[in-house]
Amino acid sequence: MGYTFDFGAVFDRAPELFWGSLGTLGLAVAGMILALAIGILGVAARTSKNKLVRSPAIAFVEIVRNTPFLVQIFFIYFALPLMGIRLNPTATAVIALGINGGAYAIEIIRGGVESVNKGQVEAGFALGLHKADVFRLIVLKPALRAIYPSLTSQFVMLTLTTSVCTSIAAYELTSAAQRIESDTFRSFEVYFSVTAIYLVISSLMMGIFALISRYYFNYPTR
Amino acid sequence: MGPIGENELFFLLQGLKWTVLLAIIGFVGGGVFGILIALVRTSKNGFARFVSSGYIALFQGTPLLMQLFVVYYGVALLGVDVNAWIAVAIAFTLHASAFLGEIWRGSIEAVPKGQTEAANALGLHYISRMKDVVLPQALKISMPATIGFLVQLIKGTSLAAIVGFIELTRAGQIISNQTYRPLLVFGIVGMVYFIICWPLSHIGSGLEKRMAKAVR
Repeated sequence: MGYTFDFGAVFDRAPELFWGSLGTLGLAVAGMILALAIGILGVAARTSKNKLVRSPAIAFVEIVRNTPFLVQIFFIYFALPLMGIRLNPTATAVIALGINGGAYAIEIIRGGVESVNKGQVEAGFALGLHKADVFRLIVLKPALRAIYPSLTSQFVMLTLTTSVCTSIAAYELTSAAQRIESDTFRSFEVYFSVTAIYLVISSLMMGIFALISRYYFNYPTR
Repeated sequence: MGPIGENELFFLLQGLKWTVLLAIIGFVGGGVFGILIALVRTSKNGFARFVSSGYIALFQGTPLLMQLFVVYYGVALLGVDVNAWIAVAIAFTLHASAFLGEIWRGSIEAVPKGQTEAANALGLHYISRMKDVVLPQALKISMPATIGFLVQLIKGTSLAAIVGFIELTRAGQIISNQTYRPLLVFGIVGMVYFIICWPLSHIGSGLEKRMAKAVR
């Protein structure tokens, strides 16, 4: 096969990969914050009794969850300028990530809200608990614990999805990889190394989320 | 600006053909390897379990786009002269096998232990126990998640566009560049994906609700 691996070419560009990784994390965190905001507002709309409010929210969730992120980001990238909004690729990427993650967040959060047992709320009041305590202890914490696993794995997935933002030339790890590849022609070495970096990033995120859950939700379930 | 005529729609349709083919190959290939991975993951051999869980963690912890790139250039390094289409198909098969393997592992473990014990008590050996007792029940349990992953896979094939493979999204990109009508073209492309994925999602969530009722 006569091919000699040369990871040195990749090592020489390590600073770019570092800044690219920060770009990825930045996109992920900003996208997550927007997704959470859309998720919380969306749940209110999605569970509204008013059909005129509920239907658009349902349509939003269904459309976003049944089309590819790449098509969504292209659509947003070309639609925003037509509405007179000119944003740089990074801002466009955050909006696309927020909209995509938001649609999933709506369904996850809705599941958590619906999982709260009404009888337990009534029992809380019957025990003479304060309204704030009922909300904090009986509604919020169990609901958070119910949605925590799916919400955090959705966040990790969103972080991996940021790689697609290279298609509109947003600044992140994959676009850094593509630049290095076109300079060095070390395609396999570059993408192999960058895949490893993504694995480290997502493993770290999962570890941190697991630690938070152990610290915050460490009381027995049943 | 150019019009979107018959030629353009025909080009999109040809892209759609590759999207569907890629999804089918990924799903079938991933299904075959996925079953193996699920069986290894639930086996008694600790080393085999360790290797298979590493495989799953690798594919679930890295972006699909990177997997496409690595397989695409990795296959080229092996010296075999394969075209882009085979490389992409291999990548989707590997990707799908990891996800389906994990889904089916969960389903196998969700089959009540008593079933395995009863099969053992009846003197069934491993193959018969799995094939006749555990897997049929696991398959039923896994249906909603399996269909959900199929939707993810269909959407994921769009990433083949970034490695230069002409499927639906790439076809849309090309036509958008030719006609300068990005909104219309990507609107149509998105609608086509929606028409394929939405019924599947609906079937998946329908099954899920039915099973939740059955359990209650």
